[in-house]
Amino acid sequence: MTLRRTPFFEHHQAAGGRLIDFGGWELPVSYTGILAEHKQVRNAVGLFDVSHMGEVFLRGPSALLAIRHLVTNNIDIPNGHAQYTAMCNHDGGIVDDLIVYRLADDEVLVCVNASNREKDFAWLRDNNPCADVDVVDASDDWAQVAVQGRHAEAILDAITDVDLSQVASFGVVRGVVAGVEGCILARTGYTGEDGFEVFIPAEQASAVWPAIMDAGKPYGICPIGLGARDTLRLEAKLMLYGNDIDETTSPLEAGLGWVTKFDKPDFIGRSALLAQKEAGLTRRLVCLVVDKRIARAHCPILVDGEVVGEVTSGTKSPTVEANIALGYVPRRFARAGNRLQIDIRGRLADAEVVKPPFYKRPY
Amino acid sequence: MSTPQDLKYTRSHEWIRIESDTVLVGVSWFAQDAMGDVVHVELPEVGDVLKAGTPACEIESVKAVSDVYSPVSGEVVEINESLEDTPENVNASPYGNGWLFRVKIGATLDLGDTMGADEYKAHCG
Repeated sequence: MTLRRTPFFEHHQAAGGRLIDFGGWELPVSYTGILAEHKQVRNAVGLFDVSHMGEVFLRGPSALLAIRHLVTNNIDIPNGHAQYTAMCNHDGGIVDDLIVYRLADDEVLVCVNASNREKDFAWLRDNNPCADVDVVDASDDWAQVAVQGRHAEAILDAITDVDLSQVASFGVVRGVVAGVEGCILARTGYTGEDGFEVFIPAEQASAVWPAIMDAGKPYGICPIGLGARDTLRLEAKLMLYGNDIDETTSPLEAGLGWVTKFDKPDFIGRSALLAQKEAGLTRRLVCLVVDKRIARAHCPILVDGEVVGEVTSGTKSPTVEANIALGYVPRRFARAGNRLQIDIRGRLADAEVVKPPFYKRPY
Repeated sequence: MSTPQDLKYTRSHEWIRIESDTVLVGVSWFAQDAMGDVVHVELPEVGDVLKAGTPACEIESVKAVSDVYSPVSGEVVEINESLEDTPENVNASPYGNGWLFRVKIGATLDLGDTMGADEYKAHCG
């Protein structure tokens, strides 16, 4: 199978990016090293190619009604704002987690995980309750970059016609970026830092990468690969679909109750989730700090020698210098301070449940 | 890529340096480059008896964990304890400060499937 390339592929090659097959896309896992790139984003600013993410539009007079029926959050935001949400099936399992961008009363953009693009589009189309709403998979028409870190605003501000100081967290604006018209800029991200995600019409996108690198030079901007993207998101306890959440987990179990709004009109999964809430959750996704060794996805979690759950993500945190992990445990073991053990390739390591997240930005 | 001529290499990217009756073991430049930033090394213990071709220790990079296979059979007589605090030496100096452990070999040393530097370079492509 031929790997797909984003409009920025040549820039990754020129920068010496280590290219891998990431769900069918040829993308850089790192350029200089995951640790250095991770710290670069925490301490200054970095540029990510996230063009593999999918873009689905809901267009039509009832677009808001439709999206409110399809996702767990209430999309109770003005035009020009975005909201993080889960999208569930009828059993309350998570089809995907995504960001909904309310562009207008009759236009909503849904940014979906690359690995779920086809599934999500089919789900949104087949479950769209409103005949006057079109669901359009525009993923091939859009490239996407993320500028993440404390200098992101200053850098993008220099090459756009929009006053980004007026764009609040989760705000969305249309604008010209590096001469490319029709871009969508959102103050969102997947790193735990302040920053922007910029949707760029794919055909003109290539030149935007070097323009951001040039504008970022005074701030020492560097390109960042997928490796650091994963460690950054894990420190901030942002979900990775397929690891931490999937169709067998519910948003309530995953700690996404804050994006699950029962006080809105019916939505897909509502009755199953309400039943789960009333019956009491059997398990919860918790933050873990592991002694000495690094737990990885699928390592069993034990209490008194008995397997009670499983790790879903784990790494050594470059920022807090601890071995961090996420995993599901029965609710009675989910309280911060609880000690448990993790079977790391046949040997037990001690671990402790800690309060989420592992990292919170200091500004 | 660096591949010192005085070492022997395995297909699984370990190197050995023969020093009288002991053998020093590490991983190659190619291996550390493929693993990326090393953040933890789980060394064998002194006294462990290793069998050639079986897992002897683990190297954790940010991305993943990799097994290191002992290139030779014998008893572990020394481990590189400095890697506990500076695992990044495996990246910075794979043939120097990043060595892993030392094995005492018996009367005869079976070099098994190890190869010289030129053959190893060809193996790495």
